[in-house]
Amino acid sequence: MTTLKPVLQVTDLNVSFGPDTVVRGISLTVNPGECLALVGESGSGKSVTARSLLGLAGRGAHVRAKTLSVAGYDAQKLSTRGWRKLRGAHVGFILQDALTSLDPLRTVGKEIEDVLRLHGSASGSQRAARVIELLQAVGLDDPVRRAGQRSGELSGGMRQRALIASAIAMDPALIIADEPTTALDATIAAAVLGLLRDLRRGGAGMLLISHDLAAVSATADSIAVMANGRIVEQGPRAQVLEDPQHPYTRALLAAAPSGKPRFTRLSPSAGAPSSAPQPSGAATTAPPLGTVDAQPLLRARGLAKSFPMAGSADFRAVSSVDFELFPARTLGVVGESGSGKTTTARMALGLLVPDAGSVEFCGEPWSAAAESARRARRPSLGAIYQDPLSSFDPRLSTASLLADSLSFGATRNPRSYSGEISQLLEMVGLHPDLAPRNPATLSGGQRQRLAIARALAPKPKVLICDEPVSALDVSIQAQVLDLLDELQQSLGLSYLLISHDLAVIRHMSDDVLVMKAGEVVESGATESVFTNPQHSYTRALLAATSSES
Amino acid sequence: MSIHNSMLPLTDPVLVSAGTRVPRPGATLARRLVRRLPTVIAAVVLLFFILAAIAPYLLAPDDPLAINPAAAFSPPGPGHLLGTDESGRDIYSRIIHGARPSLLIGAAATAAGLGLALVLGIAAGFGGRWLDFGIGRILEVLFALPGLLLALVFIALAGPGVGTTVLAVALTTAPGYARVIRGQIIALRASPMVEAATVLGRSRWRILTAHILPNALAPVAVLATLGLGQAVLWAASLSFLGLGSPPPAPEWGTMLSAGRTYLSLAWWMTFFPGLAIVILAGSATVLSRSMKAASSQ
Repeated sequence: MTTLKPVLQVTDLNVSFGPDTVVRGISLTVNPGECLALVGESGSGKSVTARSLLGLAGRGAHVRAKTLSVAGYDAQKLSTRGWRKLRGAHVGFILQDALTSLDPLRTVGKEIEDVLRLHGSASGSQRAARVIELLQAVGLDDPVRRAGQRSGELSGGMRQRALIASAIAMDPALIIADEPTTALDATIAAAVLGLLRDLRRGGAGMLLISHDLAAVSATADSIAVMANGRIVEQGPRAQVLEDPQHPYTRALLAAAPSGKPRFTRLSPSAGAPSSAPQPSGAATTAPPLGTVDAQPLLRARGLAKSFPMAGSADFRAVSSVDFELFPARTLGVVGESGSGKTTTARMALGLLVPDAGSVEFCGEPWSAAAESARRARRPSLGAIYQDPLSSFDPRLSTASLLADSLSFGATRNPRSYSGEISQLLEMVGLHPDLAPRNPATLSGGQRQRLAIARALAPKPKVLICDEPVSALDVSIQAQVLDLLDELQQSLGLSYLLISHDLAVIRHMSDDVLVMKAGEVVESGATESVFTNPQHSYTRALLAATSSES
Repeated sequence: MSIHNSMLPLTDPVLVSAGTRVPRPGATLARRLVRRLPTVIAAVVLLFFILAAIAPYLLAPDDPLAINPAAAFSPPGPGHLLGTDESGRDIYSRIIHGARPSLLIGAAATAAGLGLALVLGIAAGFGGRWLDFGIGRILEVLFALPGLLLALVFIALAGPGVGTTVLAVALTTAPGYARVIRGQIIALRASPMVEAATVLGRSRWRILTAHILPNALAPVAVLATLGLGQAVLWAASLSFLGLGSPPPAPEWGTMLSAGRTYLSLAWWMTFFPGLAIVILAGSATVLSRSMKAASSQ
């Protein structure tokens, strides 16, 4: 291997936009048949790095390097035309969102054929045959039919495979994949990563870019961890994962919730040493259930909901869902996109009327009650969402949002509630100085903390959390999950936690529902479900996540 | 279980400290507006016409109705900046004095159009499926008729005059506003923000007045500025056709109409009132475009 020329050699790469330097002196080497994972959180400069290697750093970007050798070419000497020859023919590029990377008006076959036509000289019939061959190679069933379909007719996983087919069409020496599986469900992501592993065995070098250390660990041979435009740690996979040297790498590994028992801190706490995760004083299991008054706060029986579809039979989003949520407990709902998780949450919140079945809240009818009767009880049942900003009135400041919530909608004037607002902000770990700010100027993690503060203001018993951390970086996700844990222990809250992420659910939940295609395929105490899964789908889901970590 | 007895800082606040101060959104909006020169010019022009409407004698001391047959058809020059008309009246004074009826009709028509549109838009957006359907069809009928024709029909039925001109122009512009308001309300009704307010237990009325309407009206304010220029144009068109203020009132459309007869002899009689209409309508358009650009950034 060492005698082979590296397909990518970068030394001292700097990228700046005007006065802002976003990549500071990084060096990378990828040998043929080798996969290097570049891991970092948002804003670390990893995507700009990838784009610079393709000559696509963007308008106003200033790229400098001691060496910048891409697929054997000196990239710093390339003309626009030279870059075009390099891209597609010698370097394949795979992006996160295949839907926007493929032309919606052209068939997948045409898109792949383009690459062959622009860079090769084969005849039309040879190209058509090669397209079918490529689609087969990336594991699409019925490739002849797929070649005639447009990107909108394919599922997310199929689209990503088609995009990979176009990237490898010319057998490039180097493949750059920027977050190739981030938009995909766990089982599909695992299959796509498997496909990328196979490509590497074919001799191509690969640069895999991801925010998720766990997701790339099974595919990469070596890992480079990036933060603030610098590579803070780089080495063979096993060394980085098992014996991380840099505190940032350690924090990233500690932040991943997979395999961490319930109530284990994921983020470095204020007092405790920052490296090892510390169990937080309390018991590592949920508070024991009172056997006498173990009344469920929220109880759903036989919930079902269908939506009318144009020109076809009704879509059954949820059919026959039962669950019980007890005081101070967390019920996790896990499933892939389209499994009916959010529809279930909306019925539990009384925003959707179920077609069949019912929801009871505190032992009284909830879904069957009129909205006017529900309204007075709504403060006891709060919610937080995946995108907190869109759930805020854009005209209100942080303080006004909280005043509105504290006063049950009577006023937005924060003056009469300034004490309570500061207390709420501190409770969720936000500095009271943030009160006058518009939420749009807060970071993603701060916004979710604010959403939690707003939900807590009317003193709810139950919080329904719909994908509360899936838009956040791993280290921020860890902080928010820790905050939810702390609030549960100090306030005795109950959570209905919805997530596509098995690791998050496993770390946070006492009980779990596994949903697939609108049905609960398995339910029970979290550890027993995950250590001894009964249903084949639960097993498949577990296998998909464990192959990543 | 009370929140208040356990109000302790649970997470290190240093991690999420306030950071740099961000100016209020209003301040940045103003700064963005100022940064653009065309916007400044448009604003100055509009302010000039508003001043002309409020205090015309400040800008043009001459009487706009004073006849001076000896000076009839004087070309633009030192004595009469923009020339005189067939009776020797000063065109500049007439244009300055004409700003008041033009702006007044424009503003009143825009306000009336917006008011009508608000009622229709809110009823359609919030009144349920059947009301939405009914209002939608009425708006389509109004859209199907050319605007000027609709205004002419209305004036033919109600008789000419300032009041009817205002109502006629309002009727012509209202359907467009109503569509935008309805669309905004429908989009906001399904927004996560309204869902969150529902979950917090807010009533329908509270959600409508506190969350939906203020957010739905922001883009309408931009449209209204654009509509002001349009309404001035409509009003001038109607008085050009002899359906507005009768001559010799200093009204821009009436002046255009009067000058038409002498176009080959005294081009300034038509040119300068026309220019005033173009400048005023153009300034309103420029201003509304920069408001839109600033609010969508």
